Amino acid sequence: MQEPSATTFPRLLLAHAQQRPESPAYREKDLGIWQTYSWAQTAQEVRALACGLAALGFARGMNLAVVGDNRPRLYWAMCAAQALGGVPVPLYQDAIAGEMIYVLNDAEIDFAIVEDQEQVDKLLEVEEQLAAQGRKVRHIIYEDPRGLRDYDHPALMSYQRVQEIGREFDRANPGLFDQAVAAGAPDDTAIILYTSGTTGKPKGVCHSHSGLIGSARNGCAFDGLTAKDDVLSYLPMAWVGDNLFSYAQAMTAGFTVNCPESRETVMTDLREIGPTYYFAPPRIYENLLTQVMIRMEDAGWIKRKLFHWAMGVARRCGTDILDGKPVAVADRLRYAAGEALIFGPLRNVLGMSRIRVGYTAGEAIGPDLFRFYRSIGVNLKQFYGQTETCAYVCLQPDGNVKFDSVGPAAPGMEIRIADNGEVLVRGVGLLKAYYKRDDATREAINDDGYFMTGDAGVIDADGHLKIIDRAKDVGKLSDGAMFAPKYIENKLKFFQYIKEAVAFGTGRDSVCAFINIDFEAVGNWAERRHLAYAGYIDLAAQPEVIAMIAECVEQVNADLATDAMLAGSQISRFLILHKELDPDDDELTRTRKVRRGFIAEKYGVLVEALYAGKTEQFIETRVKFEDGREGSVSATLKLVDVKRIPPASAGAARAA
Amino acid sequence: MAWKGVERGGDGQPVWSGASAVAGAAAELQGGVQAEHAQAQARQAGEVILDLQHISLSFGGVKALTDISFDVREHEIRAIIGPNGAGKSSMLNVINGVYHPQQGRIVFRGEERRKMHPTAAARQGIARTFQNIALFKGMTVLDNIMTGRNTRFRSGLLANALWWGPARNEEMRHRQKVEEVIDFLEIQAIRKTPVGRLPYGLQKRVELARALAAEPSMLLLDEPMAGMNVEEKQDMCRFILDVNHQFGTTIVLIEHDMGVVMDISDRVVVLDYGKKIGDGTPEAVKANPDVIRAYLGAGH
Repeated sequence: MQEPSATTFPRLLLAHAQQRPESPAYREKDLGIWQTYSWAQTAQEVRALACGLAALGFARGMNLAVVGDNRPRLYWAMCAAQALGGVPVPLYQDAIAGEMIYVLNDAEIDFAIVEDQEQVDKLLEVEEQLAAQGRKVRHIIYEDPRGLRDYDHPALMSYQRVQEIGREFDRANPGLFDQAVAAGAPDDTAIILYTSGTTGKPKGVCHSHSGLIGSARNGCAFDGLTAKDDVLSYLPMAWVGDNLFSYAQAMTAGFTVNCPESRETVMTDLREIGPTYYFAPPRIYENLLTQVMIRMEDAGWIKRKLFHWAMGVARRCGTDILDGKPVAVADRLRYAAGEALIFGPLRNVLGMSRIRVGYTAGEAIGPDLFRFYRSIGVNLKQFYGQTETCAYVCLQPDGNVKFDSVGPAAPGMEIRIADNGEVLVRGVGLLKAYYKRDDATREAINDDGYFMTGDAGVIDADGHLKIIDRAKDVGKLSDGAMFAPKYIENKLKFFQYIKEAVAFGTGRDSVCAFINIDFEAVGNWAERRHLAYAGYIDLAAQPEVIAMIAECVEQVNADLATDAMLAGSQISRFLILHKELDPDDDELTRTRKVRRGFIAEKYGVLVEALYAGKTEQFIETRVKFEDGREGSVSATLKLVDVKRIPPASAGAARAA
Repeated sequence: MAWKGVERGGDGQPVWSGASAVAGAAAELQGGVQAEHAQAQARQAGEVILDLQHISLSFGGVKALTDISFDVREHEIRAIIGPNGAGKSSMLNVINGVYHPQQGRIVFRGEERRKMHPTAAARQGIARTFQNIALFKGMTVLDNIMTGRNTRFRSGLLANALWWGPARNEEMRHRQKVEEVIDFLEIQAIRKTPVGRLPYGLQKRVELARALAAEPSMLLLDEPMAGMNVEEKQDMCRFILDVNHQFGTTIVLIEHDMGVVMDISDRVVVLDYGKKIGDGTPEAVKANPDVIRAYLGAGH
């Protein structure tokens, strides 16, 4: 069956409903059982909802807020809004009320479709503040009625009720829905996604139907995605990647979107569905690997021996087998044995048995981690993109996956490196504009039509792009040596014991770092050495843990010493923070990127202490709990010196 | 998962009750919950569903209960409080039919009995939880909750052993009901976990789930919040209130946490050394000098 060639998402939906009405479109686990919705059913539901919204006054050009975990009904809400010529605006479901006010105001939200009581409460909470700015969310439509029985607010209405109204409206005004869908143009805004913004206020990125569909089609062709594929949809709907995978590509190719039951059951549901097309940020792959390793250490002697033998074979020839390169017969036989005994069952336990294409992006992924998954037969690849480019700039092709680069330009996209090292992008996936921010749009797109990503990178001999850091973060130490903080932070985070790192050094004479330990990995490490600890703060302050982390830092230094450009930016001192950096405290963005400027300010006293050469420093920090209340956490942190390796003896250090 | 709601206190202002509650959580519990409970109360007026008359229970020379009389109205939450050894669990066991009193009568739904039989009690819609958790540790959560549907299974041993058509259909219907209970108590993630591996707080929730699976009209809870931290207590209170408000289930509750008792119960019975020393609304009982002397202490 051919892919439909419709040019807007609602028309794509109707085309699928005609061409493959009984094929599964969405699945949701409800009451312990996977409930399937076919394309025909989905089309009916979207129609009912769209007519309901129309009856309530939603018209072309209006924006619809969508907030909640991944639920088929929320995806249908996005399509319903688009069918009427409106624009869905998904928000992050774990944003606190105050963060939502800005978006609700900026996007002029009158209608909101939300998942459950939690989101309803947030909207009701900000009602007053919004009214003070002249805004009122007139309709709050909820999908899960649990806990809302006693609520008596004029704006509240259930999703089912809206659909009932919609069916009546449809009967009374036949053809209105079809007209609205036919009136949609490919150039219309399909969605507004607010960037989390490491600096300044969030900006609404507007993407057109043609931009998203074009990127999606190219991506599907690149990876051979068809209507038979399955994807697990568990990442925030407000994130551009989820929109690309679970909406744009699903609508284009017609594959099935599976929504897990709840956040706690994602890993179980992953195993049950066994998606063929999967995305996860590097930390999830890392967590899985850490858990596997921890459990392996508890296994019996025979299993451990077998596992380590198999992993040895995999390390030697696994990636080559996956890449289709020539491998000796003896090794192939060994790998086959490993496949039957270890790799197959391991992939099964991880839920990755059926993965044909597994992607990761967002942060650099450690080469060891990357190699591990590829060597056991998971086709893990990187891609590169941002909210402004539909997350579609570079894709790594099968068989040509390099660990330290993000791949060549994707079909339909062009990349160039500006004179100052910034990566410039042009092509089908580019944003239409920033919502109501023509000034920002003009600033971001240069005269040749290239979008300025703000990332510093180089293109290597094979045409693959290598990202170094955010362009404005690449700085110089006081002696002129190049300092790329993210590069150093990534190298630190490649160790399983280090969860997060922040490097400082611009304009200073040496590089210092804050480190967050990974509680689970370090806890396990401590338990094996019979070290008792009483929680995160206690564990982070133990001298043995500090010594272990110091070794990791020294290894990073040894690595940096081998690169002429970066040898000058080795880490001289570090400390382990007493509290994990958290988006709720504004230290990280919602996609877990480090807000270096904010952190430097908030922990200024620690930065100064590091550079002043002190051996320890007391700090008290304010923290925000999940419900928005504040508290404080304090500790005395040890500041540790680390050995640096002079570049001249780098060769000796590597040999050692 | 803790409350994520905005409770409105008596004056309509939001009272935050959040995920990481620390000291003061009990106070917040009071404000928000009382208002809502008062509202629900106003809706429900109940007939007397259970009347205990002059119950006396003794084990040899030990008099566990002496001449206890009180009633329970439909749709209310009745708390039984008292110091340890007062006879509270024995009282519950008498209602349930585990112990048979030497004297006295039990009138349940108009039917008078000298003593209750546990099977009869279960069939008539009384379900209970136990203080020290009586779950099957080796079975999964799902199977444990299914055992709560036991009295409603009609197909016989052979049909179930062969998993014959009608038996299978029946199990599917019961499974749906059990899944609704799992959804209600938000324990989907541990559905297939053997109960023995769960932490204590979750085991208590599974115990409650099993009682709810029987679709009871009266629920007997024996210290449902023992050994829980503040966050778990909030969750449990929320579930108990939801059961009471949503399904109209009458609840008889033994509890030591005074904050919880004062907040969520409609009426309270106070026992001491097997005798009843107080009976009435929480405020009345709190002010009763006998109760203060025997149990609450001058601080309350």
